[in-house]
Amino acid sequence: MDSGMKLPVYLDYSATTPVDPRVAAKMIPWLTEHFGNPASRSHAYGWDAEKAVEEARDQVAALVGADAKEIIWTSGATESNNLAIKGAAHFYAGTKGKHIITVSTEHKAVLDTVKELERQGFEATYLTPQENGLITIEQFKAALRPDTVVASVMAVNNEIGVIQPIAEIGEICREKGVIFHVDAAQATGKMPLDLSKLKVDLMSFCAHKTYGPKGIGALYVRRKPRIRLEAQMHGGGHERGMRSGTLATHQIVGMGESFRLAREEMATENERIRMLRDKLLKGLMDIEETYINGDIEQRVPHNLNVSFNFVEGESLIMAIKDIAVSSGSACTSASLEPSYVLRSLGRSDELAHSSIRFTLGRFTTEADVDFTIKLLHDKLGKLRELSPLWEMYKDGVDLNSVQWAAH
Amino acid sequence: MAYSEKVLDHYENPRNVGSFGKDDEGIATGMVGAPACGDVMKLQLKVGKDGVIEDAKFKTYGCGSAIASSSLVTEWVKGKTIDQALEIKNTQIAEELALPPVKIHCSILAEDAIKAAVADYKKKHGA
Repeated sequence: MDSGMKLPVYLDYSATTPVDPRVAAKMIPWLTEHFGNPASRSHAYGWDAEKAVEEARDQVAALVGADAKEIIWTSGATESNNLAIKGAAHFYAGTKGKHIITVSTEHKAVLDTVKELERQGFEATYLTPQENGLITIEQFKAALRPDTVVASVMAVNNEIGVIQPIAEIGEICREKGVIFHVDAAQATGKMPLDLSKLKVDLMSFCAHKTYGPKGIGALYVRRKPRIRLEAQMHGGGHERGMRSGTLATHQIVGMGESFRLAREEMATENERIRMLRDKLLKGLMDIEETYINGDIEQRVPHNLNVSFNFVEGESLIMAIKDIAVSSGSACTSASLEPSYVLRSLGRSDELAHSSIRFTLGRFTTEADVDFTIKLLHDKLGKLRELSPLWEMYKDGVDLNSVQWAAH
Repeated sequence: MAYSEKVLDHYENPRNVGSFGKDDEGIATGMVGAPACGDVMKLQLKVGKDGVIEDAKFKTYGCGSAIASSSLVTEWVKGKTIDQALEIKNTQIAEELALPPVKIHCSILAEDAIKAAVADYKKKHGA
């Protein structure tokens, strides 16, 4: 083992990223020295903080081709998704209707928000993606109704990294007068986003998946044509009344700096990460009975999601504890719950359970990837040596023809 | 999930992994569980003419507790007669491995594997 390597090797960048040291350095003075409330209008402490907040707003807007006036600070992508979907649904229900379209593989922050709206009397259509994780334009068109008020489709899926066709969906929504929301939490810094061209009305962001701090996010709210929202948080009328609450200057400065760095470095960084991901992919595909989850082309370069047949998910996670990754099975209770995203793609429970999400990032090295490939080869060999299913498969037994005793 | 030392030991160093020829003299095979439930255990016993279990082997598809339960059982059955092997109860397995409540089903499956292997032996020997 490489003695210089810190274990476990971190390959869970889609869960969260470390704060880039350059970002952390920018944040600190805004905690101790320049601690003013950006809403204080009567002294220099407040003016300084306000200036920093507005500079960060410019930086966030610049990464996504927006105007700074279209950026609203929130606590993160979950709050942005709630504010966008509930805020637009409530504001436009009276004029447009009460039907919402989303996708079954969205993040829970979108799905549970839509479920809550269903409880309030809205109706929802959940599109099931194709086997590759993508929805088609035809599917989307077929789901539209005269009373469709909001559609919400994520840019990049958090589990499988596939990129949904948001440009095309945006065109249709604009034509039909449907408010279009996009959760872009997993997209910033990983793919170009240009809101001056995309017909997206609302877009959610967060800092902590792009080397910024946790606890800060933003919502893009289009001005031309103007999109209006019903506030979900009431108070001092901050953020043009859309989201009250004292602004967290240091967090906002951190988000701005992290997005500035993303804009400057993403082109070269993503090439490096793609090279590492492709090396990992090649190394793992050498293992028999290994399946890639999600389209491999229409995908961000950071993500690889793979299922290993004939090994059980929980024992696989135990076996690879020297790497920090996410698993498709959440075995927190007696009932193993396979990933709903992989189930939506039509994966069997067994393959969904034995899936591993590897997400690479700014600080991933080639040595990390080499270590991971070797670890997976060794441990899968060991677990399959233990697996009666692997033995049966090798003996040519069709496992679907076996009469299993359910227990 | 926090596993006990004993579960980790059996998981890291499983005892008696492997297979005997299914139709070999004196070999009894028990296979229990289902892939969709997340556990499949295969337990094989090598039984002498005197009805004493001379050797045992297992393969398990399942979590760490399932692997440990079946590994432990292969150690326990050796030297016992088939009727004595049937006296091994899931509660003893669960106690030995300090299984948490959500993993009790692994010990039940290991007990079922013994029963299935013994039933296979009796079927083959017309007992």
